[in-house]
Amino acid sequence: MSLPSTDAPLKVLVIDENSIRRTLLETGLREAGFSNLTVLDDATGLLERIYALDPDVIIIDLENPRRDVLEQMFQVSKIVRRPIAMFVDHADRDTITSAIDAGVSAYIVDGLKKEHVRSILDMTISRFNAFERLRLELEETKSALKERKVIEKAKGILMKSRDLDESAAYELLRKTAMSSGRRIADVAEGLVNSYDLLKG
Amino acid sequence: MSLSPTRSRSGEPLRIGFIPLVDATALIVAVDKGFTADEGLDVDLVREVSWSNVRDRLNVGQFDAAHLLAPVAVASTLGLGHFREPLIAPFNLGVNGNAITVTTALYQAIAAEADGDITNPAVTAKALQRVVAKRKAAGQPPLTFGMTFPYSTHNYQLRFWMATGGVDPDEDIRLVVLPPPFMVESIVKGHVDAFCVGAPWNSVAVDLGVAHILHFVSEILERAAEKVLALRADYASRHPDIVAALVRAHDKAARFAEEPGNHEEVAHILGAPSRIGVAAEVIQRTLQGRLKVSPDGATRRSPIYLLVGRDGAGRPNPVQAAWLYAQMVRWGQAPMSEALLKDAMAVFRPDIFDAVTGAAGASVYSGPADGVGAFAGPAFDPADIAGHLAQWSIRRTAF
Repeated sequence: MSLPSTDAPLKVLVIDENSIRRTLLETGLREAGFSNLTVLDDATGLLERIYALDPDVIIIDLENPRRDVLEQMFQVSKIVRRPIAMFVDHADRDTITSAIDAGVSAYIVDGLKKEHVRSILDMTISRFNAFERLRLELEETKSALKERKVIEKAKGILMKSRDLDESAAYELLRKTAMSSGRRIADVAEGLVNSYDLLKG
Repeated sequence: MSLSPTRSRSGEPLRIGFIPLVDATALIVAVDKGFTADEGLDVDLVREVSWSNVRDRLNVGQFDAAHLLAPVAVASTLGLGHFREPLIAPFNLGVNGNAITVTTALYQAIAAEADGDITNPAVTAKALQRVVAKRKAAGQPPLTFGMTFPYSTHNYQLRFWMATGGVDPDEDIRLVVLPPPFMVESIVKGHVDAFCVGAPWNSVAVDLGVAHILHFVSEILERAAEKVLALRADYASRHPDIVAALVRAHDKAARFAEEPGNHEEVAHILGAPSRIGVAAEVIQRTLQGRLKVSPDGATRRSPIYLLVGRDGAGRPNPVQAAWLYAQMVRWGQAPMSEALLKDAMAVFRPDIFDAVTGAAGASVYSGPADGVGAFAGPAFDPADIAGHLAQWSIRRTAF
């Protein structure tokens, strides 16, 4: 993807308080040739900063409450220097839904070429989705690690109090889980909690 | 009434978005007090951070329903500011409930210029005009007023009020959008001189000792539709049973919340961290319409400060939608057209409300005769919006 040389490079502003996601998106946009890029991690005094930067495209994550501030830029009033619209004029309904699903929104200066805006939007949506996948994977890894620790602890309790070896302790946990229709990690957690209670 | 099996029995709850504000009372109480469960509805309340998010998530189908600014329901239906998505409002969540809060410095400046009772909006609007003129003459920067959204009652109430005193809201002051939770911080840091916002944020600013409540918006208009329960029109027509169950649950919740004996319990439900997350005592004051208006402890009381279902407030009134549309025309957000007016009025659905609640709502209405009750100007007539707007010299639309 490259921009026609006759066009001035688009000025893109990214507002995202999440540093990892911000970096993911910034890298993606730079690699795609959008070099005139400003990234903000905090949206204090947003309107003033936007007037100073005068961007063509503004990308903001949906977790940011200051998104409502941008909506004012649609208005015809003294406070608005360049009329800006949400990307609705540049994208079909599916793209809008994908963006909202991905947790991002974009605002675009009137009169921009549709194809430029589309490529920025597509990149943004894919990077936001990639970040969400990473976040989920990390969460799963964390919870798997936590479960393994709790199972280890429960095994230790059983080995000590019932004088079992490690594989017998695990087998007991597994059988209890199966007969009660619960997960091994849940049985282990219950055991650890009860043990802590009894221990005082 | 049987519910759609796709929603009630498959285990997929309804997702309803809200912004942490006291006018979400009927919705929050309907869910947390079990009125929706009584109707066979499983509801997930989703707290949102911006009106843009609530609107977009509702419009693209991530939310089944939402606590929404009444003017946003109209704007969305008319395709103003974003893509067009027809919405309906079968229940009016809140009437009034906002207040105009000013810094102590601005309060004193207005008081010094006031030619009469400072609780009278006609007096304060003229005083504001003199303050604005003096600042201009002295070369001082214009006053900055915060409000919550371009398509908000707050925006229109502020504009209506100051324009009667000769202050042009687009020329003489700066009107900026601020998310409600940032209002207090903005006035403390001196980023704004005043704001118009819903409860509890005005009280929070007064309690901090940095500001005065100048007006309840009910002093400017006796009756303004503030927030509605909004659904996509196509979703509502596919799921009339869900709409009916929601309206019934909201009607019950609103009645429950308005019982003075229940205020304490309701304030605790609303105050929970996952709901509004503000001290129950502050919320209780707003439910009672008894607000501390000055850091010195002075209070002002109004029986119509915020109506949640009381006096027929739950029943959507299309005249309110027409008034909101008229403001959009006045301030250049929408062109004047009979077709748009008709679409705007059709957002508010008293027919659904009446069918579900047994038409009790219409008979208990005790508001102003024209449905609006503005403190200035002649009665509002939805049949002649152009004529109505023509009498105001400060406006963005030519007639």
